[in-house]
Parts: sequence; C-alpha cells; structure tokens
Amino acid sequence: MVRTKAVGMTMTQKILAAHAGLDRVHAGQFIEAELDVVLANDITGPPAIREFEKMGRKRVFDKTKIALVPDHFTPNKDIKAAEQAKELRDFARAQKILNYFEVGEMGIEHALLPERGIVVAGDCVIGADSHTCTYGALGAFSTGIGSTDMAAGMARGKAWFRVPSAIRFVLTGKPAKWVCGKDVILHIIGMIGVDGALYKSMEFTGDGVANLSMDDRFTIANMAVEAGAKNGIFEVDDKTREYMRLHKSKVMAKRAKAYKADGNAEYEAAYVIDLAALRPTVSFPHLPDNTRPIHKVGRVKIDQAVIGSCTNGRLADMEIAAKLLKGRKVAGGVRCIIIPATQAVFLECVKNGWAEIFVKAGAVFSTPTCGPCLGGHMGVLAEGERAVSTTNRNFVGRMGHVRSEVYLASPAVAAASAVAGYLTDPAKL
Amino acid sequence: MGKAYKYGNNVDTDVIIPARYLNIADQKELAAHAMEDIDGDFARTVEKGDVVVAGKNFGSGSSREHAPLVLKVAGVKAVIAPTFARIFYRNAFNIGLPILESQEAYEQIDAGDEVAVDLKTGKIRNKTKGETYQAEPFPEFMSNIIASGGLVGYVKNRR
Repeated sequence: MVRTKAVGMTMTQKILAAHAGLDRVHAGQFIEAELDVVLANDITGPPAIREFEKMGRKRVFDKTKIALVPDHFTPNKDIKAAEQAKELRDFARAQKILNYFEVGEMGIEHALLPERGIVVAGDCVIGADSHTCTYGALGAFSTGIGSTDMAAGMARGKAWFRVPSAIRFVLTGKPAKWVCGKDVILHIIGMIGVDGALYKSMEFTGDGVANLSMDDRFTIANMAVEAGAKNGIFEVDDKTREYMRLHKSKVMAKRAKAYKADGNAEYEAAYVIDLAALRPTVSFPHLPDNTRPIHKVGRVKIDQAVIGSCTNGRLADMEIAAKLLKGRKVAGGVRCIIIPATQAVFLECVKNGWAEIFVKAGAVFSTPTCGPCLGGHMGVLAEGERAVSTTNRNFVGRMGHVRSEVYLASPAVAAASAVAGYLTDPAKL
Repeated sequence: MGKAYKYGNNVDTDVIIPARYLNIADQKELAAHAMEDIDGDFARTVEKGDVVVAGKNFGSGSSREHAPLVLKVAGVKAVIAPTFARIFYRNAFNIGLPILESQEAYEQIDAGDEVAVDLKTGKIRNKTKGETYQAEPFPEFMSNIIASGGLVGYVKNRR
C-alpha cells in the first residue's frame, strides 16, 4: 500500500516498530516483533508447555526473558491445581527459567513483574493472561495472548501483531478525595462500552496523569482489556522513572526507553476527561460497562467484600482500605477478604500496622492469590449472594454460583461498603 | 452442515468455560462444561458440524485458550459473530477453530436453523431460510497461519 501523506505514530506504534526492526508501521499492518518478556501462570502455563513441546524446540529462546508465576489457584486449592502448579514448576526447573516465583515469594503476576523490575518502559511484552496490559502503566507495550501464542513466544522470542489504531484519553485535573484509578477506568469503560476499544490501543495523556500515582496507573492500564483494547499505555514521566529506580530493575539501564506519540499521530477518537469531576464509580452485574456513580447506586446489600487482585492489590490500595477500616468493624453478616497482591505488599501491611487494623476490623488477611476474582478459592459466592469487589470482571458466574452477583468498585468503596453492609460512598462513612 | 445455536452480545470466556473447571486437563471432560452458565443444554445436545451464532464481542474476557478449545472439542464447526474479542480471535486461529465475522448472518440466522459454512470462500448458507451470507475475508497473514495448520505448524517451519 502506498501512503501519500506521512502520518505520525502513536506510542504503541513506535514501540512495535522498534521491536519489529522497522522505521515506521501503520494501523492494520501485520508485523513480527521481538519480545522482552513472555509470561504465563499456573492456568495458562501448562497448556503452553504442551504446545511448546509440540513445536520441536528443546530450549526456550532466552531463560532470562520468560516469567512463570503460579498465582491463580495457589497455594494449591485442590489436587488438580497442585498437578498444574507442579507442571509449571518442573518446566521452570528443567529450562532454568530465571523468573519463576514459588509460593512464598510469588505474588499476583501483574503486580509482581513491575515490582521486581522485570518489565520496564518501552518493553514489548506478551502474557498468557488477559490482564498483561497492566504494564502499559510503565510506558511498555504489553498485551494478553493465549497459551499457543505463549508457546510460540517461548520458542522464538517473537510474536505476530496487527498494528492497532488508537483512542486517546486526555486526562485533566486532580481526582477528589476517595476517587482513584479504579473510578477513572470504570468511568471510561462505562462511557465507551466493553467493546469500545476493540483491537485498539488506549493511550492516556494530559496534565492530569501527573496527579495519578503509579498504582492508579497500573489499575487503569490493567482494565483496558475490559474495554476490548489490545493495550493501554501511559507516557513515561518522573513518577514512572522514580518507580523503576525504586524497584531496582536489572534491565532498566539496558532496555528502558520512553516513547512519546508524534504530534501528528492518528487517533480514531479522543476524549477529554476531567478527573476532578469523577465520583466513586460502581459496575453493576453483569458487565464492567454497566456503571453508576456512587450517588446513584441505591441501597444494595452485600454479603462479601473483596479487596485485592491484579487490579487493586497494591500498596496504595491497602493503604486506602486501612484508612477506612481503622477503628471500625466489618458489618455483621459481611465477609471482608483482603488480599495484598505480593509478598512485598503483604510485608508493608504488617510493618505499617495495617494487617492489625484489618484483623481487628474483622476482615480476613490473606497470602497473595488471584483466588476469588475468578471464582477459584478464598471467597467463592453461593447462589443469590452479592459481593462488592475491587477485581476486574463481574460476568455471570465469575466469582462463584451462576446466580451470584459481583459489583466492581475501588478499594475505598469496597472497604466503606464492608463496614456499612451495603454499597456505600466512602465520604459518607 | 449443522444446526445453529444462537446467543447475544458479549458472550464472555467465563460462560464459555467457567474458571472453576480450569483445573481440568482432559479436553473432553472440559468440553462437557462448555457454555453451561448460559445454556445448560449445549454440551448435551451439540453435534459435530453445528455452528454457534452470536452477537458482537464474542469471547470477551480472559485469555484462556480453553474457551475456543472446548467449542472445537464439542464439535462446533465454526463460530459466527459480527466481531470477536481480540484474544479469542487469535486463540481460535492458533488452535484451529474457524471463526467468521458477519453482521448479516447474526441478524438472519435463528436458533435451530440448518447452516453450512464454506471456510475457503467465507460463504454461510442458511438452508432453513434459503439465504446466503458473505463473511469478512481473512487477512492474508491469518490465511498463512491456517495453511500451516495453526501456529504450531507455523513455528515449526521457522527459526
């Protein structure tokens, strides 16, 4: 195809071009890109290992660029889960995979990899988990793929992509108290729908980004897939650089690179979002785009509150929960389950006295696991039960019984609701 | 040639195969739970050659390859929808479950209609209604993957 007019590239397109060895790429083009990290977990890893073996390769392309994290059904929830975790462990040992994390040092993959400095700005990452898009918060291109793509990535260190077009989100202003990254992304998904960014990049820019913590940005990029997006990505700024410095990345000096979209980059749509105007937001069953601001939720009684996951299990999330639960009690009849996403976050909760606050409030404080988010373990719902959850999906049967309900919200709303016993505005607690 | 199962928009991977079964390694055992959270009869009644027709954004949610796999193992010949969630789209190609994009077919085909698909031409024939719909052609790159017998074959042929 001959292009008559030079069009600029988006952040995502620049990263893909650099990893494909091309000067420029355009939306719709098929490319093959070099991968910096290839990720899988205990659910998607075993099928990927079996496909890898069918591909006739003896060794993975680079044992330092593969991350295997048993986080979904671990600590092993039953015998079958134990067999899956063992398959992952045996493969990691045989292949001498550098970034394999055993229970005890394991955390939820999308919190763990940035924390350990395994992913840095400018990287090109695939993961056999849909929330792999989380690393866009660091200014990396990262996207979810399936087990066979994972196998091919382990074999060749490459993946094919159709270069995405993009939607631009210009964030302005400063969020109000108790409004965080979760409210920003739920608001956006409510606005554009669960397929509003299908096959596309969501690029977040604007002076409001500076008012969002890295943990807020991880939450926002994490749920890009809930709008159907291929990836979500933020521009690198001082906060990103500070985060990478604090997390002592071994690969930062070697690989980290900040990409900025060209001034004349093409976007399919652009939205300006005033962060100051946002309210705490809740997604009602059974789709993430079924959102309502907190003052329009009505009286929704809950049986369970879950605070954790790859979406909201980071330090800032735990701090918010601790602030709201301090000196308070979880309402009678409500189970409040708090799951820090990594061992480092768990330890900070202990050191800061938050673990004590949680336990005294009558909440469960658990070792890291994806567990309840996908109805695995540690908080599965019975028929007719309702949970408010800081996780990312409220599909039919997602957290348990096919006739249970999940309301997605921020840690502030979940903690306040746990105390009140029904969906509650944290400002009114 | 087979009968059509019809579903709405945003059929997600959690209803195609609920996560509570993801500890099952045996494909046939897994396929016995296909679609059970939205259609308890599906796994019991589906026959080889049947097609699944659904609304936009089919396969949204998780990256689990188990989703296209259970449909394929259950005997589904093709999934027809106006659009597919992107990870499901890749996974279906990679494991060899044919998928066809057609808004018209979704609008016109009713549950139980007898439907035949020609994967080479993308023609979808509705024998019950005597109609034919044309699906979007596959990009050439995807056709190459299909010609290699899926991604495993594609990788085998490359360094």
